Amino acid sequence: MPRETVYNAKIERIQILDEDGNFDAKLGKGLLTNEQVVNAYEQMTICRHLDEIAFKLQRSGRMGTYPQNKGQEANPMGSAMAMVKGKDWVIPCYRENIAMHLHGLPYHYILLHWMGDERGNQIPKGVNMAPLSVPIGTHMLHATGIAWSMKLRKEKDRAVITYFGDGATSEGDFHGAMNFASTLQVPVIFFCQNNQWAISVPREEQMNSPTVAQKALAYEMPTVQVDGNDLFAVYKATKEARERAIKGGGPSFIEGVTYRLGDHTTADDARRYRDQAELDAWLAKDPLIRTRKYLEKQGAWDDKKQAKLDERAQKIVTEIVRAAEGIEAPKTNDFFDHMFAELPEALRRQRDTMRTSSLGQDPSQIGLQGRSAPETVEAGR
Amino acid sequence: MTTAYTPELTEIKDAIHPALGKVEIPDFVSESELPSRDGDRVIQYREALREAMTEEMRRDERVFLIGEEVAEYNGAYKVSQGMLDEFGPKRIIDSPISENGFAGMCIGAAMMGLRPIVEFMSWSFSLVAADQILNNAPKMLYMSGGQWGCPIVFRGNDGAGGQLGSTHSWCVEGMFANVPGLKMVIPSNPYDAKGLLKTAIRDPDPVFFLESERMLGDKAHVPEEEYFIPFGRARVCREGDDITLISWGRPVHFCMEAAEKLAGDGIECDVLDMRSVRPLDIDSVIESVKKTNRIVVVDQSWPFGSVASEAIAQICERCFDWLDHEPVRVNTIDVPTPYAKNLEAAYLPNAERILEAVRAVVSE
Ligand SMILES: Cc1ncc(C[n+]2csc(CCOP(=O)(O)OP(=O)(O)O)c2C)c(N)n1
Ligand SMILES: [Mg+2]
Repeated sequence: MPRETVYNAKIERIQILDEDGNFDAKLGKGLLTNEQVVNAYEQMTICRHLDEIAFKLQRSGRMGTYPQNKGQEANPMGSAMAMVKGKDWVIPCYRENIAMHLHGLPYHYILLHWMGDERGNQIPKGVNMAPLSVPIGTHMLHATGIAWSMKLRKEKDRAVITYFGDGATSEGDFHGAMNFASTLQVPVIFFCQNNQWAISVPREEQMNSPTVAQKALAYEMPTVQVDGNDLFAVYKATKEARERAIKGGGPSFIEGVTYRLGDHTTADDARRYRDQAELDAWLAKDPLIRTRKYLEKQGAWDDKKQAKLDERAQKIVTEIVRAAEGIEAPKTNDFFDHMFAELPEALRRQRDTMRTSSLGQDPSQIGLQGRSAPETVEAGR
Repeated sequence: MTTAYTPELTEIKDAIHPALGKVEIPDFVSESELPSRDGDRVIQYREALREAMTEEMRRDERVFLIGEEVAEYNGAYKVSQGMLDEFGPKRIIDSPISENGFAGMCIGAAMMGLRPIVEFMSWSFSLVAADQILNNAPKMLYMSGGQWGCPIVFRGNDGAGGQLGSTHSWCVEGMFANVPGLKMVIPSNPYDAKGLLKTAIRDPDPVFFLESERMLGDKAHVPEEEYFIPFGRARVCREGDDITLISWGRPVHFCMEAAEKLAGDGIECDVLDMRSVRPLDIDSVIESVKKTNRIVVVDQSWPFGSVASEAIAQICERCFDWLDHEPVRVNTIDVPTPYAKNLEAAYLPNAERILEAVRAVVSE
């Protein structure tokens, strides 16, 4: 019997706005109004400013380790614009500041988190978002579960988007999440920010496949590669994926090809393992530069507007930093507040004595009775 | 009617694991015969680890190192600095981010006689590899009826590294030490780190080697000559008659700090660094308790079902009548590791809390 092909596959790539600001009028027709693009450009600029300030805060000891978003802004921007705030859910990794902000998390929460304060993860009521996730890959399963609950509850017109890096696709959790999403046909969008690097490991050592998008083929999931520095392409792909999801078409996969222009985090120095030439080539593809070129061609942007925006962004960012730094250090007792719906007796005792479990078990045994909890430890951050 | 069970096994004569080739278990000497701890060959904890791995890799080409960022980047914490240059990418291997993947793959390699050293960037990330490291490695020998062993070292940073937040600050010993079939080593200083890691690499069983980001820069004299420190042998760091203080890993330093202060008040502590918790040298602890009649156990993991709990249970079982006071544990507070600096400090055991515990125990 002859061999026959039982499966054929191809991966499409979408680019609408190239790095010189050239626009594919056919693909991009009616996609975004100039007003929307201006708004997106402003958001990305503010995010970039915040990134720079965050870096400086870390260097001056006012913040802990921080992962810059620099160069990747179009991915979270374009995709988050295509999702519906207050309806859809955003399950982020740690390089999606804009998406979190657009869907309702105040920026100073994000800074507060990286300053080493859990309260930055306290997602305000009404904001459909999980705290950012640093254990690689684990949150994709949560996203799938959230989407599953939407399906089980027959909640119409809702979907979930989850973000992760190229490196994260090596984790077993990624494949588990993809398989469940596809067999259960739940409304979730897997958005891979392929920034070419996982700390010092380049994409081609992380995987042997030439695209990340093709990994979804194994799960029979609609999948596409987009120029992740192209706001329009990212928006278009996400919009289509969301439409498919809410119509019961199940999960989708998007690979947003971009580049991490900064170090992995402030604890890293990428110059030690990657070429300046590679970086330079990607600097020219910066999503901010090309979006600005587009707007200028449209007659919707000029130097004066830029100067004003930069000034405004500075002010906004200063406010964000002030808000984050203005929050009092947490109290020692605070860490018992969210342990259980109701604090069990043993923990209550531990809170009151701030002593180890042995000593706290029965304070009278060891002459501690009547002694109050020690003063709350207050240390500057 | 039953018939005798006489399976034909592959050669399991001189080696426990047929595929392993020769298992060179070193000759261990007593503590007093080990090379001196005093000297001026002062190196960092991370260098001591590197020396142990490098020496063993030069000696035995079955040994290799794999993990995230171990090669090109020289290790996330610079433990493997320069090792890629010496041994090349076949033996110093950068892995994709797939802890369960590389842990499991190395178990296979170990079953076939290779001797992997698996670096977890942090033990916190070993949790995504839990099935491989807990459900496979420690049971391989048992489940194969002695056919397949698993001579593998899993190593990495354990404990709160300093404001890394609750998901990245795991102290895994409380949980993992519960599993039979594994060995667990937690060195507190460069000298022990080197001698114990060399033993771990030679060991025919899975060894969980717990380092601490907070100690990697600690410096001490490490002798030039080769030495091995056996598992299950505590070291007496300080002698005293009033109370026994035991710990392992980083809090040993807090015990020493507290003991120093207590000596000023006329309270003399016997301080034991357990060095390994599986096996746990409970005999040495009991010997000490019989002298001091009081004990405080310091453990930087959560109290419930911790190694400290186990130590105290064994003490109560074996020398209850010798105790003049209930044994007391100093653990971390029973909450996830806080992110905020002030909360993290309040959460961890420290000299202050040890002092308080000791004073309470000796005051009666
Ligand atoms: C389970 C787990 N393993 C390892 C790490 C350490 N780590 C943090 S970020 C990172 C690289 C992630 O690369 P990628 O997924 O491409 O995301 P990127 O940082 O490039 O955005 C690693 C290995 C972790 N946080 N969690
Ligand atoms: Mg990446």
